[in-house]
Amino acid sequence: MTATARRFLDALPAVYRERLLSFARDRSFTAGSRVFDEDEEAGLFWILRSGRVALDAQVPGRGPVVVETLGPGELLGWSWLFEPFRWHLGAAASEAVEAHEFDAARVRAAIEDDPAFGLAMTRCVASVAIGRRLRACRIRLLDLYGPANGAGRRGPP
Amino acid sequence: MADVPRSAVIGRDGLDSLIRALSARGRTVVGPTVRDGAVVLAELSGGDDLPYGWGVELEAGRYRLVERADGAAFAHSAGPQSWKTFLHPQRERQWTADRDSDGAMTFSQEATPAPSYAFLGVRPCDLRAIAIQDRVLTGGPHEDSNYRSRRERALLVAVECTEPGATCFCVSMGTGPAAGPGYDLALTEVVDGAGHRFLVRAGTAEGASLLDEIPHRTADPGTRAAAESAVTAAADHMGRTMPPVDLQALMRGTLSAERWDDVASRCLTCGNCTMVCPTCFCTTAEDITDLTGDHSERWRRWESCFDLEFTHLPGGPVRATPHSRYRQWATHKLGTWYDQFGSSGCVGCGRCIVWCPVGIDITEEAHALARERDAHAPAEER
Amino acid sequence: MPVPYRVLRAGEETPGTVTLELVPEHVALNPFRPGQFAMVYAFGAGDAPFSVSGMDGDRLTLTVRSAGAVSAALARARAGGTLGVRGPFGTGWDEPAGRDVLVVAGGIGLAPLRPLVRRTVAARERYGEVSVLIGARRPGELLYNGEILGWREAGARVLVTVDRPEPGWADDVGVVTNLLDRAVFDPAVTDAFVCGPEVMIRVVARELAGRGVPAERIRVSLERTMHCGTGHCGHCQLGPLLLCQAGPVVSWARARHPMSVREL
Repeated sequence: MTATARRFLDALPAVYRERLLSFARDRSFTAGSRVFDEDEEAGLFWILRSGRVALDAQVPGRGPVVVETLGPGELLGWSWLFEPFRWHLGAAASEAVEAHEFDAARVRAAIEDDPAFGLAMTRCVASVAIGRRLRACRIRLLDLYGPANGAGRRGPP
Repeated sequence: MADVPRSAVIGRDGLDSLIRALSARGRTVVGPTVRDGAVVLAELSGGDDLPYGWGVELEAGRYRLVERADGAAFAHSAGPQSWKTFLHPQRERQWTADRDSDGAMTFSQEATPAPSYAFLGVRPCDLRAIAIQDRVLTGGPHEDSNYRSRRERALLVAVECTEPGATCFCVSMGTGPAAGPGYDLALTEVVDGAGHRFLVRAGTAEGASLLDEIPHRTADPGTRAAAESAVTAAADHMGRTMPPVDLQALMRGTLSAERWDDVASRCLTCGNCTMVCPTCFCTTAEDITDLTGDHSERWRRWESCFDLEFTHLPGGPVRATPHSRYRQWATHKLGTWYDQFGSSGCVGCGRCIVWCPVGIDITEEAHALARERDAHAPAEER
Repeated sequence: MPVPYRVLRAGEETPGTVTLELVPEHVALNPFRPGQFAMVYAFGAGDAPFSVSGMDGDRLTLTVRSAGAVSAALARARAGGTLGVRGPFGTGWDEPAGRDVLVVAGGIGLAPLRPLVRRTVAARERYGEVSVLIGARRPGELLYNGEILGWREAGARVLVTVDRPEPGWADDVGVVTNLLDRAVFDPAVTDAFVCGPEVMIRVVARELAGRGVPAERIRVSLERTMHCGTGHCGHCQLGPLLLCQAGPVVSWARARHPMSVREL
């Protein structure tokens, strides 16, 4: 495990991993099915075991535009942990998905009951999901592969 | 060779004969001469062209000729030019390209023989500078063949330093004031009650044969002792010093020092220091096409790392601030030159100090960096 | 002095990027190794460094993105035209010596890696896992699209991600580091090869080092201005590295510090 581990469960101390998994149930999504939509209540969340999920935003005239894809080991959804507990983006299975599914209200209740578990969960969500995705997003903001921006390898002025 | 003198004493007439002997061997003799208020390097037609009776007064941003009563020829220190002007000229055509009507290209390189130079009056610091440029331009995986042919055909007459300037710090850099290896002949000027004369030592067979050809007398113990003590005394009155630390490590360890902001606030990024530096070698490539559009020439000319466009990626210049450009120059000269070429790139000649229009002094900057590092280092590391 | 090469084929790779196949007009240069670069001259415009994207006997392949005067002139080159080429210059990619091979490319950075990928998949049985992770801006800007299937069939795990998907894009969306979790490699016995924009190189190399790939076994290919290619013009310095000689391929152990200093 490293500080940059993307696999959510690997980043959680063993005792809290067991604790979290005690709330898990199996869930599968067929390719193309929607997992949630923007602004819906974030009542569930998932840790992907296999397959791929695309996070998207509805852009009029363009339909759902994919902003990022998530793969095995990754946490799908963090809005369930913070108010107002609503999804910021939509999500769809871009291929068949197997996942652990969690009931957000039960996990939040467990977090309220046990601050140590709460701290571990919050740290993990913040670093593995939010922090990582924020860093990735900032790198993409640089549009590094664009022709005018340093990608014309070994080109002169 | 046994009868060839390896050392001897010559007078002004001997020096004059030396210049004539070098010319007679087909060499272009270049040495110091007074022109435009400075001691410059130019072709010499005879001994009278040498700057007898001229000294210099040097300070940061200041260069003045002063008359001397003793008539010495080499009592000046480094002038605005260095030998790279001749060995690594400011502009040089490298090759030409021609395109025929089918668009096929041919490339050619001119085969004009390099001039056969004799450099008279190479200071020990400059002798080292030539060796450093040799390493850069001919010592790597690829060699600059034009440089090599000029260099191989050049004869070097070194002159040891007995009158260092106020901006000199060759002792700190280990390059002078005594001449190191690489010369064909080395002179030490002595002016005292016993007269105006030069102790001459030959470093090569060609140097020895020249010495044999010119009027000379046996090196007497008095002249030897006077020459030696003059050079030793020169070592004791250097105008500047570098901090007595590992400069490579100092440069590597101070890349984010505040001192760079300080010097950047004074630096005009004019690049004078790079032009006068005897080791700065950077060049740029220029392609010039004639009006027919079918003949193009590749030239290379001196370039300075102070130019904004010196390192340019498609997104823009890499070193966009004076801060990073001065730091590049100084850290390359004193630090990363070791990584790239196995030695310091600075020889302590002091030209960059003298010819900086705002008087930036590389030794002062190095001392300031050392102080800043020490101030920030934990006590046990000091 | 350059050696004339004839353009055998010039094909648009992606908009603004062409792949040129060159054959020597008379005498060929010494063979290039994967990762080495050539100084390529367009008549009257000058020359610029390009890592070769393929070599086959005397033939050289270059992939050029139109960015400056020289690359724009090269991008306009047509079959039958002549260019001048000097080289080979610089360090190449070391032949992978570990069990697993991991190639990470961003944008046009796949071009210098292509000869390494081809050589590695051609000797696929020598290695454990071979993963090729490719990041591109858009699906349409993905280089060598026609070859990727062949790399997969030869046994490489090739994963592609884009920043901006287009309708119908079924692969990943996101930064190339996101693919690392799906590449299969044992960090302790992996040789990693990384090329792309400098920020991307830093992010990928730090991530690989964080996962335990030894810094000496992470090789990155760097870019700076070059006027000569022969170590004489001084332009391509990155701190202690004179990149035309110490690079363009440098280990992360040597590149890490200079790449982290601002405006070095």
